[in-house]
Amino acid sequence: MTAPATNGKTGDGEELPVLTKKDFTSDQEVRWCPGCGDYAILAQMQKMLPDLKIPRENIAFISGIGCSSRFPYYVETYGFHSIHGRAPTIATGLKLTRPELTVFVVTGDGDGLSIGGNHLLHAMRRNLDITIILFNNRIYGLTKGQFSPTSELGKVTKSSPYGTTEMPLNPTRIAIAAGATFVARAVDRDTKHLEQVLYEAAQHKGTSFVEVYQNCNIFNDGAFAAFTDKDVRDDRMLYLEDGQPLRFGKERQHGIKLNGFLPEVEWDAPEDAELLVHDAATPHTNLANILAHMDYPDFPVPVGIFRRVEAPRYEEMLEEQVQDARERAAPEFEPLLHGSETWRVND
Amino acid sequence: MTTESPARQDREVQRLERVTVRFAGDSGDGMQLTGTQFTKTTAIFGNDLATLPDFPAEIRAPTGSLPGVSGFQISFSSSDIRTPGDQPDALVAMNPAALKTNIGDLRPGGLVIVDEEEFSRSNLKKAGYEQSPLEDGTLSAFQVVPINITRQNELALEEVDLPSKQKFQSRNFYALGLVLWLYGRSIEPTVKWAEARFGRNPAVLDANLRALKAGYNFGDTTELFQVRYEVPPATVEPGLYRHISGNEATALGFLAASIKADLPLFYASYPITPASDVLHELSRHRNFGVKTFQAEDEIAAMGAAIGAAYGGSLALTGTSGPGLALKSEALNLAIMTELPLVVIDVQRAGPSTGMPTKTEQSDLLQAMFGRNGDSAIAIVAPATPADCFHMAIEAYRIALKYMVPVIYLSDGYLGNGSEPWKIPDMGDIPEIASHFADPSTTDFQPYKRDPETLARPWAIPGTPGLEHRIGGLEKSSETGDISYEPENHHKMTLYRNNRVANIQHDIPPLEVQGPESGDLLVLGWGGTYGAIVSAAENARAQGKSVASAQVRYLNPFPANLGEVLSRYDKVLIPELNMGQLSMLVRAKYLVDAVPFNKIAGQPFKIAEIEAKIDEVLGLRGPYELDFGPTSNLGGA
Repeated sequence: MTAPATNGKTGDGEELPVLTKKDFTSDQEVRWCPGCGDYAILAQMQKMLPDLKIPRENIAFISGIGCSSRFPYYVETYGFHSIHGRAPTIATGLKLTRPELTVFVVTGDGDGLSIGGNHLLHAMRRNLDITIILFNNRIYGLTKGQFSPTSELGKVTKSSPYGTTEMPLNPTRIAIAAGATFVARAVDRDTKHLEQVLYEAAQHKGTSFVEVYQNCNIFNDGAFAAFTDKDVRDDRMLYLEDGQPLRFGKERQHGIKLNGFLPEVEWDAPEDAELLVHDAATPHTNLANILAHMDYPDFPVPVGIFRRVEAPRYEEMLEEQVQDARERAAPEFEPLLHGSETWRVND
Repeated sequence: MTTESPARQDREVQRLERVTVRFAGDSGDGMQLTGTQFTKTTAIFGNDLATLPDFPAEIRAPTGSLPGVSGFQISFSSSDIRTPGDQPDALVAMNPAALKTNIGDLRPGGLVIVDEEEFSRSNLKKAGYEQSPLEDGTLSAFQVVPINITRQNELALEEVDLPSKQKFQSRNFYALGLVLWLYGRSIEPTVKWAEARFGRNPAVLDANLRALKAGYNFGDTTELFQVRYEVPPATVEPGLYRHISGNEATALGFLAASIKADLPLFYASYPITPASDVLHELSRHRNFGVKTFQAEDEIAAMGAAIGAAYGGSLALTGTSGPGLALKSEALNLAIMTELPLVVIDVQRAGPSTGMPTKTEQSDLLQAMFGRNGDSAIAIVAPATPADCFHMAIEAYRIALKYMVPVIYLSDGYLGNGSEPWKIPDMGDIPEIASHFADPSTTDFQPYKRDPETLARPWAIPGTPGLEHRIGGLEKSSETGDISYEPENHHKMTLYRNNRVANIQHDIPPLEVQGPESGDLLVLGWGGTYGAIVSAAENARAQGKSVASAQVRYLNPFPANLGEVLSRYDKVLIPELNMGQLSMLVRAKYLVDAVPFNKIAGQPFKIAEIEAKIDEVLGLRGPYELDFGPTSNLGGA
């Protein structure tokens, strides 16, 4: 008996019933704390999934451990709530053996960057065609409020009553360094932008990494409020648009220019010509790194697509090796079983 | 040049039933190759045989040093044999360090061939000899034949256009030629092999063939050897044979399982001694649809195997003891999500890094219990290098039928050891069925079990209508929803446990060799098979009432094990660990089994088990293992 094959319909939409958000909503009761940023991410994902025009059965969500990792229970697709930090490894095994599936990894700042840091790096460098969504709330929520690898220096938590004495990681910089071919950042509260980023990430062929600034209203409330609140957002965040100069402000009146190797804010910049122009497809990572370094309060915080480049994909190359090998040598087991030398013993 | 001249008429030919030869030299001297070529020739000649390679952990320890010594032992016989021999009858030592580390194992009166040229002052010093053992009388218990192998090899290769350093590397072929002559074997299989191997490099081929022939002819013409030995072919079952190592048989067995299950094989692994050969072998077979994945670490390899099993492939991961420790958390996820996969553990000496190149059986309890919670897993263990093939297929038969992870416990001795193998007919091996969920099911329940096997259905992504969620949290029976219900957890734990226990009805009963009942049963598992069977046979030949049995299914045990144990007055359990099977057997069957434990990184010798049998039967006083004055230091 062979494993039942998938129906192979992955995008043209023909013969497919039109799916809606409701089709991607499972019968499970959502158990995040009321007010958690995770709700917004779930809702945008469920809204976005029908746009991919992929049958539900060809989608799998793989998560690790943490609040974010409950995500797969709530999406009506195949789902695997695995163990702490290891979701990328399971996604890798699944994607390598079933390249036709659309695979999402849902992780958090603790799951993905602390216990599972190694796996996250290697998944990204291999450029498997998977989409990794990292919910960054800069705190450990499920274990009730210890600092995380993205918590700011000096953060006072239950496990750091005197304040932390370690520097935080910047997830976007890690993704760029590891070679993810699609790197983006979004904010839970800006739902429309978030949905668009999730869509672009899912469409990208290769490893997509999306950092979502997500508010934990219980243990780290307002972690991003200083720049994501509606009334300050325009002046303190920068929405990246490919091919456009880097501008921000209510009237898009301010801009970012380069001074030597360093970015600099140009307040009330009248001319586009002086400003840095965003190019997500540039092969070099310099620009993406400059953007990833920009942080509040010195700079507006960039969100959107930092990097989007094409590169050979692991599962595709592996599949090619299998096909090439088959063309070169038929899979005959007997010669292999016999090895290089045999001898016959007669009666 | 005549290569196959008959032995000179005046030479005595001594017929022997069994001979054990050890080749030893610096790890750069090509001793593994020499041993392998001698083994292939001997297999084709028709002897039964068993081999034991013994190499250092260091890839290139300092030349001439004690830790740099690499050895290869072969025992061959005109009758059925199962171990590579307790004590070599002949030792080929390419330098003083090789002599020093191996001479202690040689039987008194044994033959020692040394490369005299290498016994220089500086080499003696590196080996820790104050004076040459060839001159100080310390080898008087042996027949020592010093030969200027290096010089003779140089002369034979005079006309070959190669740098002298490269010529030096042919001296293992000189030694091989000599030993082939000594035991009346042909050089032809090695000539054929060398032609295929070095065909593209005529100078190297020429050098090796000249060295081989020179060594062979030297034996024939020199007066140094008074006797030439003959070990006639063994009488074995008719059929087509090959020579195979345990790791090769393991890789082929899992590939055969993939064919029989009609599922593509996915092998995820992180390189680790002594399991890497399985990765090397399987990574060559892309044309069979085999996908190998060299993961970033042991955990990732385990996780990827879980992902592949979830996706409906034949998922396999392989490692050795420390790697199994790293995999244990993820392995528990496979147990909780009830996904079929196999974990190979080619055991090595522990704890921690231990002795990577040395064998041990000390992961049985880790395999059995090394996870949090009550998490039963199926365990199988091959008994001989060739048995690795069959147990690999068994591992998947069990995994796929019961939707359970299976640990396959090989060891360094089995993995690197080899034996002649009657090639099985693939047509005789049954197909392996999978337990896929019915895609036409409405209201699919991922944890609704088969009433007989208790296996849950295998519902793989891509199947319309079977979308479901699994994970490491406790599930509600049938629906698979998260559940913290007290009764449900109790019930699910019993299900997971009973599902494994159920396998007992689906595995062959334990076979006993020897009397059906009697004074003593020697019970073993895994690679100790050869030594145990041989020791028990020897005991019976001396009129003692001793049977033996090898457990190849460790969890669950064969259904008749308890009953078998009850038929003997005493039970002896030899193991290369501190008594792990003993503990399980004593706990489960309340039998006062006597453990016999060796933790030396080396397999049992037959004589050791024989002595222990005598002790348990009251025929001698307490027996203590004797490791000899200079047991092998390789890999220190």
